[in-house]
Amino acid sequence: MSDNLVLEAKSVSKFFGTITALQNVDLNLNKGEVLGVVGDNGAGKSTLMKVLSGLYKPSEGSLFFDKEKVTLNSPRDSQNLGLEMVYQDLALAGNLPIGDNIFLGREPTRKLGPFNFLDHKKRKQLTEEHLAKLKINVKSADQKVEELSGGQRQAVAIARATAFNAKIVLMDEPTAALAVKEVGKVLDLILNLKKLGVSVIVISHRMDDIFTVCDRVMALFQGTNFAESELKNTSRDEVIGWIMGKKD
Amino acid sequence: MDHGEKRLMDKNQESLFVRLIPFFERYGILLLILIMIAVLHLLQPDVFLSWRNVTNIFKQVSWQSMLALGVFMVIVTAGIDLSVGSIIMLSLMGLAIASKAGMPWYVVMLVAPAIGFLCGMFNGIGITLLRMPHPFIMTLGTLYIFRGIGNLISGGVPITGFAEQIRVIGNGKIKLDAFFGEGAREYIPTSLILMIVIFFIFWVFLNHTRIGKWIYAIGGNPGAARAAGINVDRILIVVYTLCGFLAGIGGLILAGRTNSAYPNAGLQSELDAIAAVIIGGASFFGGRGTVLGVFAGVMIMGILRNGLNLMNVSVFWQQVLIGSIIILAVYIDVLRRQLATRT
Repeated sequence: MSDNLVLEAKSVSKFFGTITALQNVDLNLNKGEVLGVVGDNGAGKSTLMKVLSGLYKPSEGSLFFDKEKVTLNSPRDSQNLGLEMVYQDLALAGNLPIGDNIFLGREPTRKLGPFNFLDHKKRKQLTEEHLAKLKINVKSADQKVEELSGGQRQAVAIARATAFNAKIVLMDEPTAALAVKEVGKVLDLILNLKKLGVSVIVISHRMDDIFTVCDRVMALFQGTNFAESELKNTSRDEVIGWIMGKKD
Repeated sequence: MDHGEKRLMDKNQESLFVRLIPFFERYGILLLILIMIAVLHLLQPDVFLSWRNVTNIFKQVSWQSMLALGVFMVIVTAGIDLSVGSIIMLSLMGLAIASKAGMPWYVVMLVAPAIGFLCGMFNGIGITLLRMPHPFIMTLGTLYIFRGIGNLISGGVPITGFAEQIRVIGNGKIKLDAFFGEGAREYIPTSLILMIVIFFIFWVFLNHTRIGKWIYAIGGNPGAARAAGINVDRILIVVYTLCGFLAGIGGLILAGRTNSAYPNAGLQSELDAIAAVIIGGASFFGGRGTVLGVFAGVMIMGILRNGLNLMNVSVFWQQVLIGSIIILAVYIDVLRRQLATRT
């Protein structure tokens, strides 16, 4: 493999009781690369992402960040290594404003005597700057997330993932719940991240997404590696075949 | 006026109405209190707003408000604590026994909050580490356990007579001679000051610290909090511990107010606390509500009970009325949310 390897999973397995969600799965990702992960429901895509982000511990196998073996005990560990996850269920708290969601768990604070208090002004300012950088339009950084459209929520989730100079961003079905006119904006966001040198893994059912943004695509089938190819060497029909477990 | 212009005006009117919603959301409940005060003042012009009656209301709500504040934090995390009424009784009994044992007053004073702290921590650890399916079950269990222990250690009989320093907390008076002249009968209850200070501290805690923000986040979406690297279990233990601690402080205030510890102390007061929180606008499903709302909810319950007592309304009718107000308060909230989502 090239010297640009930023993330590698080697023969990762994950068991839930008697259920095998993943069996000896390999994955690698280069700097500034967009990797598409496809597979049918239950193929193990989401489980794999949760293992990579530290939400699940792999039952077997190992993970390497920048070629160094790591053990992730929580999503915070992977965050510290520069990996951020955008969840399918978005993982946003609808009752909180946009800015609070972007900085949840990493709120800017200021010291007052022995205590740390939230720095509301700084959070608002950083939020507005970051949204502007990603060209995300919302009425106000103080708007509650539950008041936003699906596309806006997705944008906030991506803004959250990239607010701290992430090197790797994982996206689980980033366009699944969106109106057609909002899909393009999210795909633009992904290409924008690539330009900034961020590596992205995109899980998607939509071939349009995969063939618009990805450099490489890999398919999982029943919890195992099934097929993998540079995007330019494959076709939509072939990838759809992989999802259904067919290989020529 | 042509059709388009009229539609534009409708839109403007609606947006004005919509813009007023957050205003009512924030201050509507204070408006309700003002209306209640005005009505009761008209009905009982000589008594209701008298210094004696107003301070009486505050003294009564001061210990109840501690329970409500604790239960509020728990409800923000989408949990529930049914055991606070029993925690107040157990901490009261512990205080009384420490007092009878001849411990110095400053130790006696610490006993009640310390017992509350431990009881709350026990709840929190049970809910998180034992993986109870719902806090309702754990705290229903401890509702019986804590009161049982309280009766076991006291022998089920009242214990009376505490040191002056304890009594000051629940019953002390800060004289206002400076304002009303020498020997004036007007005063501010110590427990009111204590209540305001504690509410302020918890307002700061919930609105201006990271843990406070995380408490709201857990109530809004525990999955999001976990994904953000927040140790949800640890925060829940903190919340239940603080809830117990506040109930312990409630026990201390009650000890000072009644100068006795009795087996029925705090009986069913967990339900009053939940009622005050719900009337104060917090969502039972978590993530929504304010400290000011809790204060207002506590005051509404206190003013209502007081007013109905002044007018000699039977306790049975009071129960019916308070129950109706809980349902009405939540129904208004349902209507408000329907209006808000329609736009």
